[in-house]
Parts: sequence; structure tokens; C-alpha cells
Amino acid sequence: MRIVALVLAIVAGLVVLIGYFIPVLAPIQNIILDWAIILVGTATIVGVFNLVLVHGSKIAQREKGRAYSVILLICLFGAFVFGLVLGPAHPWMRLIVNGVIVPVEATLMALLAVTLVYASIRLLRRRANAMSIVFLATALVMMIASATLPSGEIGALNNFLRPWLQHVLAFGGARGILLGVALGTLLTGLRVLIGADQPYGRG
Amino acid sequence: MILPDLLVVVIAAVLLLVLMRLQRKASPRFRTIPALSRLYRAIGLSVEDGTRLLIGLGNTSLLTRSAGAPLAGLGMLRRLTERTSLSDRPPVAVAGEAPLALLAQDTLEAGYQGAGAGEYYQPTNGRLAGLTPFSAAAGTIPMLGDEDVSAAVFMGHFGVESALLADAAERANAFAVGSSDDLAGQTVWFASAPETLIGEELFAASAYISGTPEQIASISVQDVLRWVIIGALLLGSGAKLLGLF
Repeated sequence: MRIVALVLAIVAGLVVLIGYFIPVLAPIQNIILDWAIILVGTATIVGVFNLVLVHGSKIAQREKGRAYSVILLICLFGAFVFGLVLGPAHPWMRLIVNGVIVPVEATLMALLAVTLVYASIRLLRRRANAMSIVFLATALVMMIASATLPSGEIGALNNFLRPWLQHVLAFGGARGILLGVALGTLLTGLRVLIGADQPYGRG
Repeated sequence: MILPDLLVVVIAAVLLLVLMRLQRKASPRFRTIPALSRLYRAIGLSVEDGTRLLIGLGNTSLLTRSAGAPLAGLGMLRRLTERTSLSDRPPVAVAGEAPLALLAQDTLEAGYQGAGAGEYYQPTNGRLAGLTPFSAAAGTIPMLGDEDVSAAVFMGHFGVESALLADAAERANAFAVGSSDDLAGQTVWFASAPETLIGEELFAASAYISGTPEQIASISVQDVLRWVIIGALLLGSGAKLLGLF
């Protein structure tokens, strides 16, 4: 079974990869990608079962915070039943999304602003080195240069230093990091493709 | 543009295969990554204390171009599970994407079997925390606080929600290492987590932990390709400066 999974993964991966370079294989590549999308959809349903299982066992074992698990399961089943009966485009279903999910995510985003400011303040206590000082100083300069002060903009910061930091240092650094990430992604993909890493089965 | 792309893939694949053979004979020498050194200690302490290790895999689909980061995270999960599966509290893997959660369960099981402790594996230790970045963060935060977690490794695709995770880890007195393939995520991890893996360090981490020939070879190929790119950039800049094109 392990060998079958390995062969299937390698063949499918190779066909999809080669399909990007040889247009003749593009239709087969599209079919495999369509299958993958269907599998992802199915996996999402299985994943939701996992969510129910985890929170169900939390409730059954009377673990700390089980009240939240009860609320989660009630909301999950409620949304599922309403979704099945009314359909996802029904105004009530949209109300659930616009009235609950969007405000909750917006609240977390607002919380994030406070958390980030607090984390930046503690950065020097946690990791007092040159990089932390450069990081904080750059963030501070960028914020001051971008802000509209009562006295107006600070010309030298806004017209010279900010564009230079942004377009020379930040872009250069970002491209360097992204090149490293791209190479890492390429090699990770190749390791999976040759079967050296197997994030499936019992390899 | 297709030919240069294909050339890079082929060169990388050939180099990987050649270096995999060579690495079996030579022992590797790595530069020290402070985040990973501290992570070793934290893992050792978590096993000794009988506390839990949490591994976050992020929230990207495996069908996107960001799939490399969670795959690297799964590699790390496998190695860490082998090391910590006999702890009093087994490691927990959390994902913000359902297929990733299923792969995490599979990887956890493989790790337990690799450690010869397959009977202790529990499927509920590979969990789906939520289906959007913020809901996944909101689902992970209570685990950090309530499940006696002493070390947390976040390795995958994380965005700005990383700050909430780092803050929750700090409140739970858990040592956290954060990494992401996303620039915003890396910035936020740098500002908020005790240790961060920057750029390609994310992909090198499991080689540092396990040191299999395949992973060591892939780090060597990354280094070779990086120098090739640096050379090409310098040559291109020089040629442009001289007005050659």
C-alpha cells in the first residue's frame, strides 16, 4: 500500500510539474488538479469531523474550557443545518457571515494592533541585539515619515529617507528573503517528488 | 520564460540526486541557528517535565504556491514526534486547513511508529483549529493556555495573526519559535516571538533536527543555487553599469 501511495504521488507530481513546461500535458495536468480540488473538498468535511471529535471528547472528559466547545458545536451544527435547508446565498446565511464571522475577525484584527504595539515595546527586553534596534528604529522612522503631523510633513523624512528605506533597503531585503524561500520551496517540493520526504502514508 | 524555469528545476533535481549520494559518505557541518539550539533545549525540557509540545502548521492550501512551508513543517513534525512521543503528554499538531490537518495526523502516526510507540498514537492530537487564518489562531490560543504546553513551534504559512499566537504562548509561559514563508508573517514573528526562523531557515530546520542525507543534500543545493543567483545578480548589475545591455 505504501509503495502504491508513493508511486501515485510521484507520478501525479511529475505530470503536474511537467505540464507547466510541456503544453501537450496541460489537459492531463488540469484533470489531476481537478481531482485534487475534489479531494481537498472531501478532506474539509473529514477535517470538520475531526473538529467535532476533538471538542466532543473535550466535553465528554470535562476538560477546562468545555463550555466554549459546547458553544462551538451548537453553532457548527446550527450553521450546517441552516445552510443545508436555506442554501448559502439565503439572507439569513449571509447574516451569519456578515453579523458574526466578519465582526469577530475584525475584532481579532483590532486586537492584533494592540498586541503588536505591546510586542514591539517588549522586543528590546526579549532580544536586545543590533537587529532588534534596527528593526524598531526603522519602524519608528517609517511611521513618523508617513504620519501627517500638526506642523505638516517632515520633508526630508517623507521625500528622501522613507522612499530610500522602502525602495532600496526593504525591497532588497525582501527580495533576498523571498529568493531563499523560493529555493527552499523548490527543494522541499523536489524531495517530496522523488519520495525522499513522504508527508503521506507511513514513510 | 519557460526554458530558464525548467533549467533551474532540472539543475536542482540533478544536484539533489548527486549530493544525496555524496552526503552518505561525508558528515555535515552546519552554521548555528540560535532559534533551533534553544528549541532543542525546550524540547528536552518538555519531555523531562512531562509537558506538551505544540506544532502549528499554518493555514495555506497544499494546492497553492505556498505549499512548501507546510510541507517543511510536516517534516519537522515527523522528527519532533519521534523525539517526544514518549513524553507524558503527547505532542499536538494544529493546522488551519483540513487536508493539512489530515496529513498532520498521518505524520504523527508515522512519527509514533518510527519511535516504536505506535500504540500511543491518538488521532485527536492532529487537529483542525479553524478554516481561516484568524479562526485558526483563535482555535489554537486556548490549546496553548489549557493543555500544559511548554514549547510551541510554528512552521508553515502564517500571516499577521502570528502576533496573537506569540502573545498566547508567552502568556502560557511556553517557549515559541515562529516561522513563515510570508514576509508579513516573518516580520510579525520577529517582533513578537522569542525566536524566529527567517527566510530559508524554515526549510533547513528539519535537516538540523534529523540530518538525513536527503535533507542535508537539499540544504547544500540551496546554498549552491543561492551563490549562482548572487553571481548572476552581480554580473547583471556589472553589465548594466558598463552599458552592455
